[in-house]
Amino acid sequence: MNRFYVVLVVVAVVLGALLFVILRQSGGAAAAASTPPVAVTDDGFRGYTLGSDSAVVEITEYSDFECPFCANFATVQMPTIKEQLITTGKVRWRYRDFPLPIHQYGRYAAHAAQCAGEQGKFWDMHDQLFHHHQWALTGKDPSGLFRDFAKTIGVDLQRYDQCMASGRYASRIEFSRQEGDKLLVNGTPTFFINGKMYNERANSDALKAVADSIIAHTPPKQRAPARH
Amino acid sequence: MRSRQAIALLALVGCFVALYLWLHALGVGGALKCGTGGCETVQTSRWAVLLGLPVALYGVVGYCVVFVVALLALRPAAQRQRGWNRLLAGLATIGFGFTLYLTFVELFLIHAICRWCVGSAVIITAIWIVALLSLRSPAPRTDPVA
Repeated sequence: MNRFYVVLVVVAVVLGALLFVILRQSGGAAAAASTPPVAVTDDGFRGYTLGSDSAVVEITEYSDFECPFCANFATVQMPTIKEQLITTGKVRWRYRDFPLPIHQYGRYAAHAAQCAGEQGKFWDMHDQLFHHHQWALTGKDPSGLFRDFAKTIGVDLQRYDQCMASGRYASRIEFSRQEGDKLLVNGTPTFFINGKMYNERANSDALKAVADSIIAHTPPKQRAPARH
Repeated sequence: MRSRQAIALLALVGCFVALYLWLHALGVGGALKCGTGGCETVQTSRWAVLLGLPVALYGVVGYCVVFVVALLALRPAAQRQRGWNRLLAGLATIGFGFTLYLTFVELFLIHAICRWCVGSAVIITAIWIVALLSLRSPAPRTDPVA
């Protein structure tokens, strides 16, 4: 019987040590992807877009993946906007990063979306980050969850991990944020319609009314052919 | 007595598995070590909290209770008392039932599998089987040795 208690103690010590090692090794959000870079360079990238290149109206959204208003807009308004404006060829939608300093993981989430984007999955990652927005409420390190999102949408995880560890797009994200600063963006989401800041209430009905108005006042030759 | 020893050992291992998940729920240690599994998806889902407490905490408490009861059942005075076997089987059945519910949630509601949860499910299932088998084992001899 005594030998059994010795075994129990040995097992407890080994498991305790193992737990300690695992907890210490858990990497968490890579610093390179979650902090602003030292030097910011312009790589010529101006945001991922949805919709026709020849659309008369372009709406640019400055957004932060950790922002609850942005998540609400993405999940409530965006499906209707896609249906009524983007797939019909009326509007081209452009997404620009504007991670707010008050958000701990906003920049990291933007980087995850960029790393998915280099594999052609930006909008899938965009949807994952906004549709499963509970990560932004917990305050917990979301790196593992974002990796799960990447896996769910079919991203090559080895390339994704390398991209996140290297902070490859940290400069691009900071460039976008500084661009927003210059345009006097002071909150998210902020919208620009054909380059002009839109300060009214942004919902699908209001944006449709503005887009329809612009299209109605555009000479027919300049209009994009509507897609059905 | 072998069955009670096995249950104590398994409960100890299960306790550490649940402890790791609970510490993660408290924000200790960053991302879960999960390989290619869906641990974070499971752990950040709304089913990861029950009655305001992390599900992993129920695991820690449950395994600890089974562990302590198994140790109490191993005392010389308790070794011939078969009531301990019934108590362990009852506790293991509750744990097994809870695990069935959690596995259902993972497979059909979250659509993701957490490897640590699978590990815990294997442990509690093993405890349950050992506890049930101990009910069928013959009672220890009580007649005095001549």
